[in-house]
Amino acid sequence: MPTREHLIYNPARECMSRDELRAWQGARLAETVKREYENVPMYRARMDDKGVKPEDIRSVEDLKYLPFMEKTDLRDYYPFDLLASPRSEIVRIHGSSGTTGKPIVSGYTANDVEVWSEMMARTLTAAGCTKEDIVHVSYGLGLFTGGFGAYQGANRIGAMVVPMSSGNTQRQIMMMKDLGSTILCCTPSYATYLGETIREMGLVPGRDLKLKAGCFGAEPWTEEMRLRIEELLGVDACDIYGLTEIAGPGVAFECLEKHGMHINEDHVIAEIINPATGEQLPYGESGELVFTTITKTGMPMMRYRTHDICTLTDEQCACGRTLARMGRITGRTDDMLVIRGVNVFPSQIETVLVSTHGVAPHYMLIVDRVNSSDTLEVQVELTEDMFGDTIGHMEAVRKHITNQIKSVVGIATKVSLVPPKSIPRSEGKAKRVIDKRKL
Amino acid sequence: MFIKQISVFLENKVGVLREVSELLGRANIDMMALAVADTQSFGIVRIIVKDHEIDPALDILRANGYIAKVNNVICAEVQDKPMGLASLLAIIEEAGLSVEYMYSFLRGSTGGRARMILRLSDGQKGLKVFDLHGIRVLEQAEIDAL
Repeated sequence: MPTREHLIYNPARECMSRDELRAWQGARLAETVKREYENVPMYRARMDDKGVKPEDIRSVEDLKYLPFMEKTDLRDYYPFDLLASPRSEIVRIHGSSGTTGKPIVSGYTANDVEVWSEMMARTLTAAGCTKEDIVHVSYGLGLFTGGFGAYQGANRIGAMVVPMSSGNTQRQIMMMKDLGSTILCCTPSYATYLGETIREMGLVPGRDLKLKAGCFGAEPWTEEMRLRIEELLGVDACDIYGLTEIAGPGVAFECLEKHGMHINEDHVIAEIINPATGEQLPYGESGELVFTTITKTGMPMMRYRTHDICTLTDEQCACGRTLARMGRITGRTDDMLVIRGVNVFPSQIETVLVSTHGVAPHYMLIVDRVNSSDTLEVQVELTEDMFGDTIGHMEAVRKHITNQIKSVVGIATKVSLVPPKSIPRSEGKAKRVIDKRKL
Repeated sequence: MFIKQISVFLENKVGVLREVSELLGRANIDMMALAVADTQSFGIVRIIVKDHEIDPALDILRANGYIAKVNNVICAEVQDKPMGLASLLAIIEEAGLSVEYMYSFLRGSTGGRARMILRLSDGQKGLKVFDLHGIRVLEQAEIDAL
């Protein structure tokens, strides 16, 4: 039984029977694979390698014959070599961190923007958003998908959008109060920070603020954080999931049951695989999440390995949706970190350090969460080349490295210069990260 | 002329300064002047030793994992009385130079004279200006003889 009233944006799609859904998926998959094979040399080559032809792919069961895609493929075919539509049909670019210096980008056709907007409209509706609502968007509006995703979804519903983007917390709160924002979209750590600041300002949610729900994502969080945010802001805190490669936020979303995120399976097919063997695992088992897009035309993705670890379930949800749900992300199969909603790979930072004159390739990343906000300290071993006799010189060196990292990774870090050989050397794979966050 | 100074990078943590002092002390190296500059995360210790002790000092420090470098500083005399330092600084300022750091060199300061170790924004120009104003600058040989 539902524990409360549920709003569903597109019941015809979100509540179709599993059989109907599978038939829908099979047909869209076949179309997409054909498009990929015919338009993208990389897909053709990979499929030829495996001896798979587009006509071999007729149903969801055939998915397992297709090759996997990795984030490195987006780097290697950057920026436009994976487009499955003519360049002139691409109406939008979004991007996120790559594993080295360059970002990865995804190209969207008008169709893809619509698909994504639909996903986010469902996401917001599931959190209780209607056209009467005021949606406060504190995700960054830019190359990062967060802000645009929330904006488009709210637009689709016809709600009022307040595109605040990130930063300037006092002003965010003032606008939230003055306009009477009802739905908040931001990272869970920023939601906590907003909540704490609201309390410090002496404001009382419910009296001074009208927030009722929030869609929080772009970084992993816990049930404890959910309770904290709900208490601080007086909202229902719903988890959302997404990635630029697949669309953006809204690939999966929680309903007010808050019991796993519904995957927009009429647009993407989710699989769980054994990360070591690539073999498909049954629902309920923990493994690596893999997505295949079946309605995108700009830059469709075939069996894209997210490296996120979670489980899937297709048990019927009390909200009425039949869409399968994914559990919380419990880890990564690679060394990617999520810092204040931004994906960071240690290899990106390494690229910066080795290309900075005089800097040794020995570094350690220390991640922590201070006052609800992630911090990243980059410890860099000092070399004689970097050492100057004045504090001014040393600060300039530190500043230079900080700026270089910021320009590549996109986030502010605290660079610490440490004595040579003070970072432990390891025999095998170097341990580059100490994550002190309790997630 | 300039004199030589050793600068050592220190992590800002308990015991590092003691270790540096011990390393040099055990090698019987006499620190004639020393100054510590610190920030929240690191420090720089600057040391004056006699010329022939510079290389042994660097070897010991580097062998123990320290980053150390030799650089040129000026050792200038001022009158050891109120306004003595102020008049030296006025000369520096008038010449359009700035002091990057400064500390006092106590050894052998006699006859109403005090010695200051200085690093200026432009050391060569500083030496010329001091010469012009009759500020006495110590040579390395004089330091070594102290």
